Amino acid sequence: MEQYEPERLSAPQLAAMRRSLTHGRGALTRRSLLRASGMGALALGGLGALSACGIPPAKREGDTAASDDHSAAEKQINFSNWTEYMDVSEDEKSRPTLDAFTKRTGIKVKYTEDINDNVEFFGKIKPQLAAGQDTGRDLVIVTDWLAARIIRLGWAQKLDQANLPHAFANLSSQFRTPDWDPGRAYSYPWTGIPTVIAYNEKATGGRKVDSVTQLLDDPKLKGKVSFLSEMRDSVGMTLLDMGKDPGSFTDADFDAAVGRMQKGVDTKQIRRFTGNDYTADLSKGDIAACVAWAGDIIQLQADNPAIKFSIPSAGYITSSDNMLVPARARHKTNAEKLMDYYYEPPVAAQLAAYINYVCPVDGVAGELAKIDESMASNTLILPDRAMAAKSRAFRSLSAEEETAYEEKFAKLIGA
Amino acid sequence: MSATEAPPAPPEKPDVRKPSARRRLVPYWLLLPGILWLLVFFALPMVYQASTSVQTGSLEKGFEVTWHFRTYWDALAEYYPQFVRSLLYAGTATLLCLLLGYPLAYLIAFKAGRWRNLVLVLVVAPFFTSFLIRTLAWKTILADGGAVVDVMNTLHVLDVTAWLGWTESNRVLATPMAVVCGLTYNFLPFMILPLYTSLDRIDGRLHEAARDLYATPATTFRKVTLPLSMPGVVSGTLLTFIPASGDYVNAELLGSTDTKMVGSVIQTQFLRVLDYPTAAALSFILMAVVLLVVTVYIRRSGTEDLV
Repeated sequence: MEQYEPERLSAPQLAAMRRSLTHGRGALTRRSLLRASGMGALALGGLGALSACGIPPAKREGDTAASDDHSAAEKQINFSNWTEYMDVSEDEKSRPTLDAFTKRTGIKVKYTEDINDNVEFFGKIKPQLAAGQDTGRDLVIVTDWLAARIIRLGWAQKLDQANLPHAFANLSSQFRTPDWDPGRAYSYPWTGIPTVIAYNEKATGGRKVDSVTQLLDDPKLKGKVSFLSEMRDSVGMTLLDMGKDPGSFTDADFDAAVGRMQKGVDTKQIRRFTGNDYTADLSKGDIAACVAWAGDIIQLQADNPAIKFSIPSAGYITSSDNMLVPARARHKTNAEKLMDYYYEPPVAAQLAAYINYVCPVDGVAGELAKIDESMASNTLILPDRAMAAKSRAFRSLSAEEETAYEEKFAKLIGA
Repeated sequence: MSATEAPPAPPEKPDVRKPSARRRLVPYWLLLPGILWLLVFFALPMVYQASTSVQTGSLEKGFEVTWHFRTYWDALAEYYPQFVRSLLYAGTATLLCLLLGYPLAYLIAFKAGRWRNLVLVLVVAPFFTSFLIRTLAWKTILADGGAVVDVMNTLHVLDVTAWLGWTESNRVLATPMAVVCGLTYNFLPFMILPLYTSLDRIDGRLHEAARDLYATPATTFRKVTLPLSMPGVVSGTLLTFIPASGDYVNAELLGSTDTKMVGSVIQTQFLRVLDYPTAAALSFILMAVVLLVVTVYIRRSGTEDLV
């Protein structure tokens, strides 16, 4: 048994200790602490008054985007891209096309996969760009609607077409004149992203699903349908199905499309609105049919032959991911050289063979066939004429429209 | 030390010197790093947030402080279902965590013997994988054609839960139940660890004493173990409830349109709609509501001095 032990300190020691805590030198009493925090609160109040000055306009007027180009002196580029959006060698240690670029031009590429999500990436670069500062990135890849917003805000540098001969010559006509960057003054597409309808044959019982109407009305698909949480993809596909052009719709058309999907939500026909996470559900069959991104479907099909896709006769949405040089970037010319490099057909083919998205470069078919016959005939990588004719782009939105539409769409998807 | 050795000679002159200013400031110097940290990473963002919540404007034209307090009212009127849902789901998950976690913590503290460290490691082990992966794993566990759903279907459990509105026809995924399951699983260790710590601190001799005084095991638990473990219960429930009510990942991945929690709303307003004032106002309302719930809870459980 342990014995109870009295305190080992003597009485005067204890008294001294207590005294030092309460009224000795440097004593920290409750009152003095309170007084100090009171002062702190006052200081804070002052700061509050200071910071209550609002958020300055994000839009930068005039040609403030351009910056001193250090390309000649500093042979390097800082390139921000999405994950799995660049070819990788078999041992996964090198990136063949990027390495070949460095070998040819002597320009070192600092390649970072730091983009996971458009809205998050916008949040990340916004403070610097709004303040007119360099983001430390010379080349970024963002989806068309975000590219449109960045250009609209004056946060992108105008490209020097003299540095982009291949890009100018080889860009597919489908991507030449988006309404947000006519003539491609600020951006060039990295890939095209068809939004199609995908289904799991096992889960649909062998039936084909090939229209948004079927997704929304077929009772056999009840509770096993998903749409994308990207407004432009889901609303765009629904607009097409209703016979409207996503390139020139009105507010009323938008409301009608959202209303149509709302009915699907209310009747529990639509199970969820998803981000990228629909792929696993579709493969398992928890989702029988859905609105899907073509690149995902090619990858799913490699593992699961039951996954099929269809192009609705009403048409489909093609969006794109685009290369941009952000304002104040230090190495614009180098970045332009890299953009142009990826428009050389052999390089474009090598990239397309790896990432499996629509290649925006003309004259790639022959090169792609050299790498893989089956890919050259895959219309999700190289759309044939019939398919390309059905492709539509979602029109660009004004700032007010964007806010209003996102708000309505947010209500549709629950938040 | 010197006090015990030196003879207690009376001082020649009583020390009435005022402590020097420098000495008096020492504690504040020591507190400075902490206070600075709080100022920069807590107080300043809060002030900034508060200011944002009463501004109006747009991204392009900028936001100005217009003392537009209506934003709070509008946000609450528009999104109160998500608020109620967040508190309901977080509360249910916390309760389930307590029901699951208490026996486990009890087991680890009193019965695990030499397995104790191993079990503790097992409790913490899921933290070695990312929060997202852990949540996505539940999609496989609760898959429509999966074993769990099959068993629940066969036992007609799903009929009951569907009648209660927790599940949808014959599936669990994309329903409130899936979200609560995900929340419970993800926050369970936050419940178990504080419970274990406070149970472990209970002196075993108190149990012996209770037995000596002819208390049944149930009485011992009620009169000795439970009261002494209350600090663990309170801190565990707080550590579970507070983050769970702000969580949006579970609702996003395991839920559907009608299970979205307030975290999703804030995220959407901030990142997609770019309505910073509404997002800021919603964050403040959430903070206020959680603070209120927690205060009432601590008052009720009468453990201010234990926490």
